[in-house]
This record gives sequence, C-alpha cells and structure tokens, in this order.
Amino acid sequence: MNAQRLLISGGLILAAIGMIYGLYYALFVEHQTLDQMGGSLANAFMAAADRRIPQSDSALADYTKSKYVYVRQVDVHSHWIGLAMLLIALGASWGHVRFSSRTRLWVAIMLLAGSFAFPLGVLLQTTFHGPLPSAVAIAGSALVIVALALSILGLSMKNRVEE
Amino acid sequence: MISQLSHRLNTSSVPTSSTRLLIIGGITLIGGGMLFGDIFAVFVLHQNGGATGEALLAASHAVALGDAQSIKTIFGHIGGLLEDHGTKVDTHVHMSDAGYLALLLALVQPYVALSERRKKQLAWFFIAAGICLPVGIFLIHYVGLAYSPSPVIGWASVLADSAGGILIAVLVIESWALWKHLNSNDSLSQREFPHDRDWEQRVLLSAGATLVLLGFIYGAWYAGVDLYEHEARETQIFHSILSVASQNGDSTAGVNSYGALAAEKAVKVAAHSHIIEFGLLAILLSFVQPYVYLSPLWRRRWILLFLAGSLILPSFVFLETKLGLLAGGIADIGGLMVIIALAGMLAGVIRYTGALEAIEQSQ
Repeated sequence: MNAQRLLISGGLILAAIGMIYGLYYALFVEHQTLDQMGGSLANAFMAAADRRIPQSDSALADYTKSKYVYVRQVDVHSHWIGLAMLLIALGASWGHVRFSSRTRLWVAIMLLAGSFAFPLGVLLQTTFHGPLPSAVAIAGSALVIVALALSILGLSMKNRVEE
Repeated sequence: MISQLSHRLNTSSVPTSSTRLLIIGGITLIGGGMLFGDIFAVFVLHQNGGATGEALLAASHAVALGDAQSIKTIFGHIGGLLEDHGTKVDTHVHMSDAGYLALLLALVQPYVALSERRKKQLAWFFIAAGICLPVGIFLIHYVGLAYSPSPVIGWASVLADSAGGILIAVLVIESWALWKHLNSNDSLSQREFPHDRDWEQRVLLSAGATLVLLGFIYGAWYAGVDLYEHEARETQIFHSILSVASQNGDSTAGVNSYGALAAEKAVKVAAHSHIIEFGLLAILLSFVQPYVYLSPLWRRRWILLFLAGSLILPSFVFLETKLGLLAGGIADIGGLMVIIALAGMLAGVIRYTGALEAIEQSQ
C-alpha cells in the first residue's frame, strides 16, 4: 500500500462522508434542533415568569441537553471535513517527508485512523453515555497530533532515511 | 521567465486549464471568505452580541414582572439575532472551505482519470457551487420562509443545500476518477506539480504543518479544560438569571456574565479554527508557488506577509478577552495582511495564466 495514495484517497472519502453528513444534518436535523434549543430556553423563562420553578428547571435541562448535542454535531461536520483536507494536502506533500517508506506508511495510517476516529467519538457522545465515546475521541485526536508531529519532523529532515 | 514557461509548455509540465481554474477560483473564494469575515468582525459581531445581551436582559425583566407573553416575543427576537450571527459565520466558513477544497482538487487533477474537457466542466461546477453555497447561507436570514412550500426550510436554504449537493457530486466524481487512475497503470493525465521553488515550498510546508499542530494541541487543551466547564457555567448562569428574576431581583450581573462567557467561547474557538485553517492554507499555497509568476523577492514578501498575518490573527483573537478591542483591531489587521498576501499571489497566478495563453497563441 502506497502512503500517498492512502492519504489522498482516505482524505477524499472522509471529505465526502463529512459533506454528506453535513447535508443530511442541514436538511433533517439542524432546523429542528435549533427550534428545540430556542423553544426550551424560552419555556424556561416563561415558566419562571409564571413562578413554576420545577418546570423552568426541567426546560433549562432540556436546553442544556439540546445544546450539548448541537455543539457536537456541528463539530463532527467541521472536523471531518477539516481533517480530510489536511489528509489530502499532506498526501500531496508526502514526497517531502524524509522517512523510510515503511515509516511513512505507518504515519499515514495513524493520521487516517485518527482523523476518522476523533469526530466519530464526538458523534458517539451524542448518542451513547459513558467513557467509551470520549476514549475514542481522545485516542483519535492523540493519534492525529502524534502523527502530525512526526510528519513535521519528516518534512524538516534534509536527507531521506535509508530503507 | 518566459523561456522557462515556454519550456514547460513544450514539455507539457504546465497545469491544464482545470487546474488553473481551480487555483484561481480557490484563492478567490478563500480571499472573499476572509474579507467577509473581517467585515463581519468589524461591523456585525460586537453589535450583534450587544443586542443579544440587551434582549436577554429584557427577558429577565419580563420574568421579574411575570410577563410570560413578552418573553415569547423577546425570544423570537433573540432567535433572529442568533440566526443573523450564525448564518454570517457559516457564510465566512463555507466560502473559505469551498476555496480550500478547490485548491485541493487542483492538487489531485494530474491523478484524475477524466478528459480535460470533463475536468474543466467539473471545475466550473465546483467554483459556481462554491459561490452559491455561501450566498444561499447569507440569504437565509433575509429571505426566511417567504413563498416557501416547507414550514422549516426557505428558498435560500434550498439554494445553499442544492449548491452543497453539487459540491458533493463533483467530489464523488473526482474521487471515483482518482480511484480509477490509482487502480490502473495509466500514465498521469497531466504532469505533476513541479517542485522548482524550494525555499518557498519548504517554508510554507513546514510553517503550515507547525501552525496546524499548534492548533490541534490548543484544540485538545480546549476540549479537555474549557469545553465542559463552559457548558456547565452557561447552565449555571441561566439558573442564576432565572432564580434572581423570579424573586423580582436585578439579573444584570448574570446577563453580563453570560455575555462574557459567550465572548470567551467565541474567541477560543475562533483562535483554534483560524490557526488550523491558515496552517492548511500555507500547505496548499506551497503547491501553488511554481505558478506565482512574480520575481523571487515579491514571492517571498507575500509568503512572509501571509505567515505573519496567519500568526497575528489567531494570537490576537485569543487575547481579545484580555486586551479588549485593541487586540480585536490587531487581529483584523492580521486578517487584512493574509488577504493582501493572497491577492498578491493571485495576481501572480493570473499573470502566469496570461503569459501561458500568450505563448500558446504565438505557437
């Protein structure tokens, strides 16, 4: 497997996934979520005006839940596309990374796996509770950071490491 | 320089028209998106935040007065303000991102197994949709649901979503053609991007990757330290506002805290996203340098101006909560530096295209 091909093809696939998710989100989820968020907060204020404090607290809790989900859904869309663009750009410049082809392949695999897993973990946070989604997101972002640091090291080296 | 171009043309190492179109369209979209962002930051952002704070204060006064009916009207107004803010941020982001994608597509054009005519058609579709998407998003707030057959989606959303659909379709076709090329033994449909501007490419590549890394590390720190604390603090502030107002108290302090929190969140997220975007743009611009038809001195000047602006903007956006409007002004100047540098490089690419056409006509 060629590392450059892996990064460019993986990046294009990830960009398509991010855009399809964004389109689906804009068409079927976003307006409803925004209405739900605004409606919950307005209900919290109206219930407080009528001195119905338990209902106000409950509506505020609904608002908090909706906003928690909304922030992460938008983050998934932007991070998948952003990371996809980074993969394609790095793929095109992969020839300048002066590691052996085996190391370059491993760094590319780390970048691709991290770029897919990090937003996926964030998306899972909206549906599953518990530590697993956060663990996936943290592991994904750590993979991307380490792989990017290695890429910078490879880009800054003058001579290629011999096979 | 003309002789170098002429040599490239003869050896088929010039980018084909689809590549040139995507480079010019991409830089124009990115520059347009940034200019829009600068105008938004100066003329809309703070005013919108102030109006939202005033509306929230009015809502808390209505709670104190027990006037539930007014709250409905006030929240309708807040919804409008948030939509105004959100659609303008989205216009800025989507115009810039469409530009990044155009530059990325320009990079992969040599590996796309399609005829040049088809590639050029797809490039035109992509650029047109890249313009229509942010225009549609911008219009959502102003067009609303006028004459719309749907109770939730207006015509501006239809324009934006259709443009998004076209972008996806082009991306899918290009991916398929790329896959086809990668799985065949065909030679490249055009020559790869040349690497004859070493200093420029090396500086942009390494500086760009470093900016992206800094942005990632900051983003991880933000997610770990700030994100959940901000979410908890927002709920706490709303609880406090409602609790004070329902006891007929003055919620001004709570509303001010909410404004401060919103500003803190906005600058931290903007610092994270802008440093990564500029890093990515630097990497992409490293590939465009061979086609910037300017003297080496001017090419380097534009690169240094671009990198300086790329560092100044996110740094001073981050400092805005500490230094106030002074930092905001410096950040805007950073954005302007990036826009000027992009315009300089774009002028170089257009000169290159013009020179090529002159050579083509003379042959």
